[in-house]
Amino acid sequence: MADTPIPLEVRNIKKRFGDTEVLKGLSLKAHKGDVITLIGASGSGKSTFLRCMNLLEQPDEGDLIVHGEEIRFKQTRHGREPADWKQVVSMRAKLSMVFQSFNLWAHMTLLENIIEAPIHVLGKSKKEAVEHARALLERVGLTARADAYPAQMSGGQQQRGAIARALAMDPEVMLFDEPTSALDPELVGDVLKVMRDLAEEGRTMVVVTHEMGFARDVSSQVIYLHQGVIEEAGPPQDVLVNPTSPRLQQFLAPKY
Amino acid sequence: MLDLHGYGPRLLEGAGVTLQLAVLSLTLAVLLGLLTASAKMSRSWLLHRTATLYTTLIRGVPDLVLMMLLFFGGQMGLNLITDKLYDQFGVDWYIDLNAFVAGVITIGFIFGAYMGETFRGAFMAVDEGQVEAAKAYGMGSWLVFRRIRFPLMMRHALPGLSNNWMVLLKTTALVSVIGLTDMVRVAAEASRATHEPFTFLIPVAAIYLLIASVSEWIFARLQKRYNVGFGEQ
Amino acid sequence: MEQLNQWLATLLEGNVIFTPQTLGYYWTGLVTTAQLVFVSLLIGLILAVPLAILRGSKHRWIKLPVYFYTYVFRGTPLLVQLYIIYYGVVFVDGIQESFLWPVLKEAFYPALIAFTLNTAAYTTEIFHGAIKATSRGEIEAARAYGMSPGLTMRRIILPSAFRRALPAYGNEVIFMLHASAIASVVTLMDITGAARFVYARYYAPFEAFIFAALIYLCLTFMILYLFRYLEKRLLAHLKPLSGN
Repeated sequence: MADTPIPLEVRNIKKRFGDTEVLKGLSLKAHKGDVITLIGASGSGKSTFLRCMNLLEQPDEGDLIVHGEEIRFKQTRHGREPADWKQVVSMRAKLSMVFQSFNLWAHMTLLENIIEAPIHVLGKSKKEAVEHARALLERVGLTARADAYPAQMSGGQQQRGAIARALAMDPEVMLFDEPTSALDPELVGDVLKVMRDLAEEGRTMVVVTHEMGFARDVSSQVIYLHQGVIEEAGPPQDVLVNPTSPRLQQFLAPKY
Repeated sequence: MLDLHGYGPRLLEGAGVTLQLAVLSLTLAVLLGLLTASAKMSRSWLLHRTATLYTTLIRGVPDLVLMMLLFFGGQMGLNLITDKLYDQFGVDWYIDLNAFVAGVITIGFIFGAYMGETFRGAFMAVDEGQVEAAKAYGMGSWLVFRRIRFPLMMRHALPGLSNNWMVLLKTTALVSVIGLTDMVRVAAEASRATHEPFTFLIPVAAIYLLIASVSEWIFARLQKRYNVGFGEQ
Repeated sequence: MEQLNQWLATLLEGNVIFTPQTLGYYWTGLVTTAQLVFVSLLIGLILAVPLAILRGSKHRWIKLPVYFYTYVFRGTPLLVQLYIIYYGVVFVDGIQESFLWPVLKEAFYPALIAFTLNTAAYTTEIFHGAIKATSRGEIEAARAYGMSPGLTMRRIILPSAFRRALPAYGNEVIFMLHASAIASVVTLMDITGAARFVYARYYAPFEAFIFAALIYLCLTFMILYLFRYLEKRLLAHLKPLSGN
């Protein structure tokens, strides 16, 4: 291929927990600069799908191709597992995830949280990592909280800090797992603003969210999941404004 | 310096032995405890069972009995092995199981079981989300353990660790029974020889209290350090 | 009895170490251990209740001596305490002339005294913690109904504190059982003493000590189950209704 490889592609992902099949063959392709939002009721499998993309969950079937490199799997006694964990580790360094419950490391200050992976995973020098981190803190409006511990910060501050931590990895793709669901309503706006800015500057993002406004304004593609199946997908004006599936119409109805 | 009928310097030496014994046993116990905790949390049925058997047996039998079993039994086992070596290969080799080594091994083994419980509880108290975040940023398993899981775990483990250390310190006195010249043995010998038990045993008790108080202070400092970032201090 | 002996004789036939005689030593040892542990725990428990109340006193000169006692006895090895009492008892003025001397010169009583003082110290702290954890509301309610401080302590605080202290006290009982093994150091023929004797006589460390270990293991499990049963009976009221 002449042009640059696609940042993230997943094909036919299947996942079961015990007897229930939660993902029934899902595919997705994120080109550079795409903002893909995954919507759906709770239990539709959208978070599990996202977590399969960086292998925090092991899919039972399906392919995962990150920046043109296909992840190899093998079959073990405990089910399917990656054949080479080194490959997974370096793949994960290219995708960075922002969690619903922030998951900032409690024993480190915000600045230490941000420089941790760049130093120990990417092998950056401390000086370089700190400079980058300070710039990112300024972007998310947290310069003053660099030396605070997560427990001393509000939820909104923690989530913006977590986004700065994700950005510090210079990721190919950013994965957002319901980043505003654990926040008090008045704190949601700040976090969404940061995410809108990221979308505008051309970051490739996959976002699981309940924020329909964000999905409508920012996404290049919206995917509606229902019981582990992609029920409808396309540009936001089609999927959100003129939904064809009755289930999606019902899902959207009470919110508008 | 306190002379104590000439026993003073020996008593101090004995205190040194006690302290070395305690610190080395603690190191072994912490290592075994980490291994036991991982075995108990592992997916392997065999590892899990072995670890459970180990902690149950150790906690059901007195320290002194285990110590004698290992010291006297261990010597006999070593003799059997060296005799075999001599018979089969003509290697003339005699290993004398030294009371200090036997002490470190037994105390380490006993407290490894207790530490295992402490660490298991502490590992389970770690917020899995923070570990997931580390994995999601491309940290390998050793890096995740060293930088995230271990420091987070230590905060929960320290109170138990400190408690185990205090009990371990007192358990070292038992090694005097199998012949190690720690401060308790020196004091007991001196008491019998001079018929002045209080002159020797009261200072020994005071030294134990001193070590305990100093360690309490150290653990309080450590606790403060590992508590960093968990609520207002 | 005749039959039992017969049965034992056939069972032990050909066994050099575990003769009826050595089993007799272990049996004597078991009795000694049981006596030592039971009596010291009982007296220790009786001492610990008033001490725990004093330990929680508002007056410095009452609570500090108790704290000093528990600090010293919990902070030093039981073996050192045993040596101090065992070697020191001779030096109590006039004790050798007193009528108690024939009793006290046996190793059993110094060991019993050391064990009792030791377990009383630990139990005092356990009860103190449990008393401190009594909810303020329950105490206030008792006061509001006109109960005197003494009556509140007897009827409200102590009964609930005892129940709360049960799991920790169970650990203390097991701890005492294991700690009692050092009685063998001052020549007492307890279980460990019997094992040492058998070891010395037959030079069979594995058999001698593993057999003793098994006896202790059985005793430990018996205590464990006893306390689990007691907890089930006495702590049932603390469990949520839906829980199981």
